[in-house]
Amino acid sequence: MFTIPEFSALQAAISRVTETEVLRALHSDHPGLDGLAALLSPAAEPHLAAMAKRSGAITSQRFGRTMQLYAPVYLSSFCANRCAYCGFSADNTIERRVLTFDEAESEAMILHQRGFNHLLLVSGEAPAKVGVDYLEELALRLRDRFAALSIEVQPLTTEEYARLFRAGITSVAVYQETYDRDIYKQVHLGGRKADFDYRLETPARAAAAGMREVGIGALLGLADWRAEGLALGLHLAWLRKHYWRTGLTVSFPRMRPAQGEFKPLAPVSERNLSQMIFALRMFDPDVGLYLSTREEARYRDGMIGLGPTRYSAGSCTAPGGYGLDGAGGEQFEVGDSRSLAEVSAAIQQKGFDPVRKDWDAVFQTKEDRQQAA
Amino acid sequence: MKVFCNGEAQEIAPGTRVAEYLSQLGLDASSVVVECDGKILTREEYGSHALQDGSVLELIRFVGGG
Amino acid sequence: MLTIAGRKFRSRLFGGTGKFSSPEVMKEALAASGCEMVTVALRRVDLDNPDDDIMRVLDRDRYLFLPNTSGARDAGEAIRLAKLARASGGGEWLKLEVTPDPRTLLPDPIETLKATEELVKEGFKVLPYINADPILALRLQDVGAVAVMPLGSPIGTNQGVLTRFQIEIIIAQAQVPVIVDAGLGAPSHVAEAMEMGADAVLVNTAIAVAGDPVRMARAFAMAVEAGRIAYEAGLGAVSKDAAPSSPDDGLGFLR
Repeated sequence: MFTIPEFSALQAAISRVTETEVLRALHSDHPGLDGLAALLSPAAEPHLAAMAKRSGAITSQRFGRTMQLYAPVYLSSFCANRCAYCGFSADNTIERRVLTFDEAESEAMILHQRGFNHLLLVSGEAPAKVGVDYLEELALRLRDRFAALSIEVQPLTTEEYARLFRAGITSVAVYQETYDRDIYKQVHLGGRKADFDYRLETPARAAAAGMREVGIGALLGLADWRAEGLALGLHLAWLRKHYWRTGLTVSFPRMRPAQGEFKPLAPVSERNLSQMIFALRMFDPDVGLYLSTREEARYRDGMIGLGPTRYSAGSCTAPGGYGLDGAGGEQFEVGDSRSLAEVSAAIQQKGFDPVRKDWDAVFQTKEDRQQAA
Repeated sequence: MKVFCNGEAQEIAPGTRVAEYLSQLGLDASSVVVECDGKILTREEYGSHALQDGSVLELIRFVGGG
Repeated sequence: MLTIAGRKFRSRLFGGTGKFSSPEVMKEALAASGCEMVTVALRRVDLDNPDDDIMRVLDRDRYLFLPNTSGARDAGEAIRLAKLARASGGGEWLKLEVTPDPRTLLPDPIETLKATEELVKEGFKVLPYINADPILALRLQDVGAVAVMPLGSPIGTNQGVLTRFQIEIIIAQAQVPVIVDAGLGAPSHVAEAMEMGADAVLVNTAIAVAGDPVRMARAFAMAVEAGRIAYEAGLGAVSKDAAPSSPDDGLGFLR
C-alpha cells in the first residue's frame, strides 16, 4: 500500500536544497525525487523562466502542440462530508439538487452539441444520492455518445470501479486535498472523507480495477504547496511502479472563493502554482496536467504550451448549470468564464490545437464492455 | 541386458540399480542427476531403482556456463 | 544492499563459470571478483571424463548457484532443464534462457514469458534473460519474475550497452532488480550500466577469456563498485539548453 512520509519530513527535504542541486535538476533528463524537491524549493525561484522553458519543451515533445479540452457536468450538490473549504459541505445551507437521469443526459447533450467529447461527471460525496447504481446507469446512457467519461465522485471500492469501467467510465479523479495529515484532520470535520488513509489508497483501487486513467491532486491553499508537490511526486512514482498500465494525471485546484467564506490557510500565488506545474512536468514527462477554469483567462492563456495538457472550458459548477435553471449551489466560482469557442480560439492563437477527443471507448475489449439494457 | 545412457547403448547386468550403475561409471552420485525413461529420480531412489532392459537414461550435471 | 527474492548480496557483480581455461583459473578469478552468485549450465555427463565436475572446485557455501537453461529453444525445453537443475541440487534459483536462434542467441520473448509463468507456479525464483524490452520486463515482473536480466548487446559480442535507451526505461519502471547481462566486454561497460542505475551486472566471457582472468575479475569488481557509488552519489547532468535567461523571460503574464 502507498504510504506517505510525515509532511514535516517532506518540508525538511525541500528546505535543505541548495542552488547547485537546483541547477543539477534543471539540467537532468531524470531529476528523480531529489530533483523534484530541488525544483519545488525556494532556491529554484530565480530559475522559474528556465524551468518554464524546460517544462514547455518536454510537454511539446511528449504531447505535441495540442491541448485537450473537457467540461464537467455537476450531477449533485448533496454531500455527506463536512469540509471546511467546500461550497457543498454538509454544514452549508444551500439549495441542494441531484439531477435525474434525463436532466443529467440533457446537460451532457448540451456539452456534446458544444463540441465536447470528453465529459467529467462530478458530484458531492453522498452515496445515497449519487451511488454506483446511479453512475452505472448514467454511464450506460452516455457512453456511446462520448469519446471518454470520467468521474470525480466519492471514493469507491475496486469492485465498484470495475463495474463502472464495464459501464463505460474510463477514468477516475480523486484528490487527496492535502497530504498533510494534521491539516487534513483540521479541515475534514466529518463524513467518510475524514479517513485520510482510505482516501490515500483510492487511486490505487481505481487503477487496480483497470481504469485507463487515474487523476490525483491537492487542493492548493490548505498546506505548504511545495511539500504537496513532493507528495504528489511520490504518489505518482508509486502508482507508476505498481500500475504501469494506467495513465496518470495531476490537477492543481487552487482555492477560489466559495460559499462558506473559507480563507486559504496557505495562499498559493500564480508564480508558486507555475513552479509546481513546471517541477512536476520535469519530474514526470508523461503525466497529464490539468488547469481548470478556477484560474483566470489571462493566466491560463499564458500557461498554454508551458506544461498543462488539459483545459476545461465553459464550465459551470452547479448541477443543472448548463441548460436548466442552475439552482442547486455552486462548488466554486470560475475564474475563466469564456466559452469553449473562445478558449479554443485562444489555444489556436498560441499555435496549439484544441483537441476534443483522443480515445474512443468503443475500442474497449468486448468482454470488458457491458451492454446498455 | 541393454540400456541407453546419454545416447550410447551399454551392456549391464540384469537387476543393476542406479547407484551401482553410477559407481561402475566412476561418477559421484551426489553431483549427477538421473532422468530414467523421462522421469527425474530423487537421490533417495538411486539405491532402490532397478534398471530395466531398454531403459533410456540421461545423466546430467552442472558444467560451466554464463 | 542488493536484495533479490529476499536474499541479500554485498556484491553487485555476478559471475559466469563458462569458457575458463581451467577450473583452477575459474576458482581464482571468481574469488577475485568478489561475486556471491555464479551461473552454471546443465549438460549430459561426459561418460569418458567422469571427473570433469566443476562442483569440485566451487564452494557452495560461498557461491549461490544460478543454474541457467542455456540450450533451451522453447518454453518446454527450458522447463525440463529447470526441473533437472532443481533435481541436481541447484535450488529454486534459475536464470531462464530461451534462445531459438543459434546464430545470435537472442532470447525468445514469447517462450520466455510462457516459461516464467509456469516456473513461478512450480516454485522457482526466475531471473529471465531478455532482450531490453521494457514492456516485456513489466509483463515478466507481473507474472512473478524476481529480477529481469536485459542484455546490453548480443551475448559474446563485447559491444557494451548498446540498448542504453531501453535499459534506462526498464530501470525507471521495474519494481524488481534489473541485472544487465550479456555483451559487457570491458570494465567501462559495466561502469556505464551501473551509473545508469542497474542493480547488478553479470559478466562471464570478458573475464574468462582475458589475458589474465584473475586481474580482469578484479578490474570488473572495481568498475561495478565505482559505477554504483557514482549512481548513488548523483551524477552531474550533461549541460543542455537552459541558457541563462532574464528571470521572467516568457512569464510576463504572471501576476
